[in-house]
Amino acid sequence: MHKALRLVQLCCILIGSLLSSVASATGLQYNMTRGVTPVSHAQYDLHMTVLFIVTAIGVLVFGLLIFSIFRYRKSKGAKAATFHENVQIEVIWTVIPFVILMVLAVPATKTLIAMEDTRKSEMTIAVTGYQWYWHYEYLNEDISFYSNPATTAEEIAGLVPKSGYYQLEVDKPLVVPTNTKIRFAFSANDVIHAWWVPALGVKRDTIPGFINESWAVIEEVGTYRGQCAELCGVRHGYMPIVVEAITPEEFEAWVAEQKGGLEEVIEESEA
Amino acid sequence: MGDHHHGPAKGLSRWLLTTNHKDIGTLYLWFAFIMFLVGGAFAMVIRMELFQPGNQLVSPNTFNQLTTMHGLIMVFGAIMPAFTGFANWLIPMMVGAPDMALPRMNNWSFWILPFAFAILLSSWFMDGGAPNFGWTFYAPLSTQGPPSTDFFILSVHMMGISSIMGAINVIVTIFNMRAPGMTLMKMPIFCWSWLITAFLLIAVMPILAAAVTMLLTDRNFGTSFFDAAGGGDPVLFQHIFWFFGHPEVYIMILPAFGIVSEILPTFTRKRLFGRVSMIYAIVAIAGLSFIVWAHHMFTTGMPVIAGLFFMYATMLIAVPTGVKIFNWAATIFRGALTFETPMLFALGFVFLFTIGGFSGLMLALIPADIQYHDTYFVVAHFHYVLVSGALFSIFAGAYYWLPKWTGTMYNETLGKFHFWLSAISFNITFFPMHFMGLAGMPRRIPDYALQFADFNRISSIGSFVFGLSQLLFLYIIIQAIRGKGKKATDEVWDDHPRGLEWTLSSPPAYHTFETPPSEKLVEEHH
Ligand SMILES: [Cu+2]
Repeated sequence: MHKALRLVQLCCILIGSLLSSVASATGLQYNMTRGVTPVSHAQYDLHMTVLFIVTAIGVLVFGLLIFSIFRYRKSKGAKAATFHENVQIEVIWTVIPFVILMVLAVPATKTLIAMEDTRKSEMTIAVTGYQWYWHYEYLNEDISFYSNPATTAEEIAGLVPKSGYYQLEVDKPLVVPTNTKIRFAFSANDVIHAWWVPALGVKRDTIPGFINESWAVIEEVGTYRGQCAELCGVRHGYMPIVVEAITPEEFEAWVAEQKGGLEEVIEESEA
Repeated sequence: MGDHHHGPAKGLSRWLLTTNHKDIGTLYLWFAFIMFLVGGAFAMVIRMELFQPGNQLVSPNTFNQLTTMHGLIMVFGAIMPAFTGFANWLIPMMVGAPDMALPRMNNWSFWILPFAFAILLSSWFMDGGAPNFGWTFYAPLSTQGPPSTDFFILSVHMMGISSIMGAINVIVTIFNMRAPGMTLMKMPIFCWSWLITAFLLIAVMPILAAAVTMLLTDRNFGTSFFDAAGGGDPVLFQHIFWFFGHPEVYIMILPAFGIVSEILPTFTRKRLFGRVSMIYAIVAIAGLSFIVWAHHMFTTGMPVIAGLFFMYATMLIAVPTGVKIFNWAATIFRGALTFETPMLFALGFVFLFTIGGFSGLMLALIPADIQYHDTYFVVAHFHYVLVSGALFSIFAGAYYWLPKWTGTMYNETLGKFHFWLSAISFNITFFPMHFMGLAGMPRRIPDYALQFADFNRISSIGSFVFGLSQLLFLYIIIQAIRGKGKKATDEVWDDHPRGLEWTLSSPPAYHTFETPPSEKLVEEHH
């Protein structure tokens, strides 16, 4: 039994390292991102836990199946056994999965409760989905703007080479501070969209007439990209999201600049 | 007794007017296969467009129409009618009945389908084109859908009527027409799986009808069930749709469980392990299917407590599903195995459906689902369940009973070739989709970021091979129907397969069990 467990472990490690070496050799991402928020970390950990568990069960079940397929061939003279029920074993394989599920339910429940707790947020950004672009509004800051996809028609048609962030670029990214609890308030103007940035661990439907909430504390400076994740019409595939996380100090400067820019515009129009 | 009791009528009227369960089964199966090729052709175009990043072949709107029609055709046109075809052919032969209980209704429930799908497919040629909002037709996107949406609604109503009549027929046949001595507990497990499926159909097809009717009135008669501006709620649509949609998932997999549970004992030469717990597991899965619908909606935002309820209930489904998989494994364990084509597909089912079950469990966990939801991970999941699950069981069943139905053995070498081509190309197509989804590719997009290009190319190549392999299946079946092959014995398979259908001649007479089988025969064959 001990040996079998070690073998399972070894197989998992082998497969895991094989995949990661292939991935690093080709620059291919094949697994969920660990992301840059406490929530995305917890999601990733839960994902890896359940992946490990199903892999282990898979190795056992498939191992038994493959063993049987090779061992009990009629062509090799196998005679069929006559057993066709065994209450004891049937109870065991009803109860063990149940116990495994309870083990999984604990971290899943904890993470879910944390994910839904939008209290004590330090700022709120209203995100509105439109066919087919996003609108961001920094509540309390008097800043708002549209964020439009920036991939050109020529790139899509293949007339010019595609840029590195093809289909994941916008004209004006959402700028946010790191290490700040940001509350998002989601809504939509026309049909349902879904605002998804994998690295933030946030995916929420934006529903016309209703407000949805989520939150993120981004722990690392960087640019994070995502896409609309709910079919929303013809250009659903062309609704990228870009989030630029900068330090709180830089963010303050950015806010001032936005407001300054706004005042200048107003002064100009008044003049 | 008139002449009509001796054989089928001649010509087209045989098929138009038939009330014979075997003819109607054949009609259902051919209809399903044609729809499978149509839906498959749509999938081929989808995969061609996704072969590389950029917009090559079809416009984004056409792409959305293709994904919508692919889903609708495969679910309602291919998988469900194929299982109904099996039910028609097999249930009377398995329970020792002369025909289905309501033969004229049976004729009607089939003949609605070609018209329903003619209406649905004709929407391609209407102003504004075919429906383009996905097979789940979420409001308010579908409220604003093209004019053909109203025709789509009509065709869904027709499909629903057809399914309900088919289900009533199955239930009445099973409850009233079993041969003496065939108690419910002795009834073949395929009949059990269909009995439960039929109840699910009757329970949820009216819900689907309600959803499309509310959509119809929202579109045309000024109601606002799904429009917040008029006091409605777009999420209400999703609740109604998935209250139908989740049991629907099991409608498409329970008969598959039944078919595989019939086939494994024959080729392992052992009785099905844990037959009683298999039946309980089917009932448990069907029961749970009514209280898990919101797991399709975890990103819509629901109270934590509701989320927890739906997560736990969904996780629970893993228990009876696990029981089924373990029981199949125990059936194979210490058998005397041979690997004819039906067995290969049944084994393929057990392996690959299990992978779909694993990803299903992963999807149940809300925090992880937030990342998986509406990505290619989900696309991979439900194709493991519906292609290597439902469809593989249909292939397995077709090869298993075809010699009985036609009296001719299909070409075994070609059959095995069909299996290996299908199984390998299926995995090449759909396994990389797990990776794409985890890496962040949303589903239902006609174009994608460069990082997804490699996996998409692999997937497309696999899908082309998979698609072409199915033409081989067509060829094999036609050859068997035309009698090109060895003559099948009455028992067809070695070592006395169980089931009353094997006591009949191959092919069976046009009318069978006009006098019910003896209790002794029933006892020997259960
Ligand atoms: Cu969108």
